[in-house]
Amino acid sequence: MGGNSYIQAICGTENMVNGSKFLLLPFTVLLIIYVIAALKQGKKWPLYRCLFFSLCFLCVGISSIGPLAIRSQVDFKAHMINHLLLGMVAPLLLVLTAPMTLILRTLPVFFARKISMVLRSFPLRFLTHPIVAGVLNIGGLWLLYTTNFYAHMHEHSLIHFLVHFHIFMAGYIFTLSIIPIDPLPHRFSFLYRAIVLIFALAGHGILAKHIYAHPPIGVPVKQGQLGGMIMYYGGDIIDSLMIYLLCQKWFGSNRVTIGRRERRQKALLQ
Amino acid sequence: MTNSNEVYTKSNFWSGFLFGIGLVAFIDEAVFHQLLHWHHFYDKLTTEMGLISDGFFHAFSWFATIAGLFLFSHLRRQKALQIPTWVGGIFLGAGLFQLYDGTIQHKLLRLHQIRYVEDVLFYDLVWNMIAVVLVVVGILLSVNKPKRENWEGIVNGGQ
Repeated sequence: MGGNSYIQAICGTENMVNGSKFLLLPFTVLLIIYVIAALKQGKKWPLYRCLFFSLCFLCVGISSIGPLAIRSQVDFKAHMINHLLLGMVAPLLLVLTAPMTLILRTLPVFFARKISMVLRSFPLRFLTHPIVAGVLNIGGLWLLYTTNFYAHMHEHSLIHFLVHFHIFMAGYIFTLSIIPIDPLPHRFSFLYRAIVLIFALAGHGILAKHIYAHPPIGVPVKQGQLGGMIMYYGGDIIDSLMIYLLCQKWFGSNRVTIGRRERRQKALLQ
Repeated sequence: MTNSNEVYTKSNFWSGFLFGIGLVAFIDEAVFHQLLHWHHFYDKLTTEMGLISDGFFHAFSWFATIAGLFLFSHLRRQKALQIPTWVGGIFLGAGLFQLYDGTIQHKLLRLHQIRYVEDVLFYDLVWNMIAVVLVVVGILLSVNKPKRENWEGIVNGGQ
């Protein structure tokens, strides 16, 4: 893309980025609330969680405003880095900050009970089911990149905002359903979540290679190829962290069951 | 005790098997894709089935590497490691994955070729022969009963 058309494109898309600022505004409020609540908890609340929340805020910020956000309107590679930050890194960091646990601990019992009732309601139980969350997350990406949705996104600022909101929320809910650091209304076994995660990773990898071969409408071939590779390998790095955290939970919880299993086996032999 | 040991033998084998799949997939990616640039990310002959197969095996091997090592750590914690069985699992996992990659993914689904040269048959033969050797070594190591019992004797303090 020549310099002139790049400048034209940037001027034309300035409004789109302005739309994404709305994603950042509620997040600023949430960051302030989080830090105040964490300070109230004092030493009981680990400091690294505040750090993770700030880093999450930084990722959302970089992908919503500033040079990378503007560049991603015209450059598919920048768009992909943006997408990795907003849809994978930021959600994983947010999950690690355990925001629901903090809310439930900080609020008076009466309100905490009300909130946990909402969390146990059918719509939220449905949304946080690993398979539902996985389909929303990966299915949404397929819809975005294999239809003309991607082109439309750059024409309407409302669609642009909604797509970015969806990418972040779907990423968060999926990560939460696989690595439940916050209490979830349902618990699925390690194996169940592992299989869902492998399917989701496969869906992500297949889509990345599909983009390499068939870039979305309006994306130059070279950019599509590089974007696909960024998605494939960038996704791998964050996926390995998710797999590590999932396995670590299994490793930690199995410490207790060792003694139990040995006793059961002895009982079986007698 | 034998019952419990059989459970551990299976765990040792599967830990090695998972790690073996991950290890060979990692070597494939690091050496042949990134360092030598023999393999291509995608070539124009790649079928849709090839992409699906690659996606699932790539995801699974990534998971298997990490899960296999956690399982290893779990066995070590239980003082139930059987190194020969574990190593046998690695060879078998690595060999089977290499064989699948060399026959079905490279040839049948045409994901990509080993190297883009005129006489790729030579590369295919070497690739798949190495795979067969790995599988045979894996079977020999993991089905070698007396050796395994010796090892258990050492680990469990001769109980």
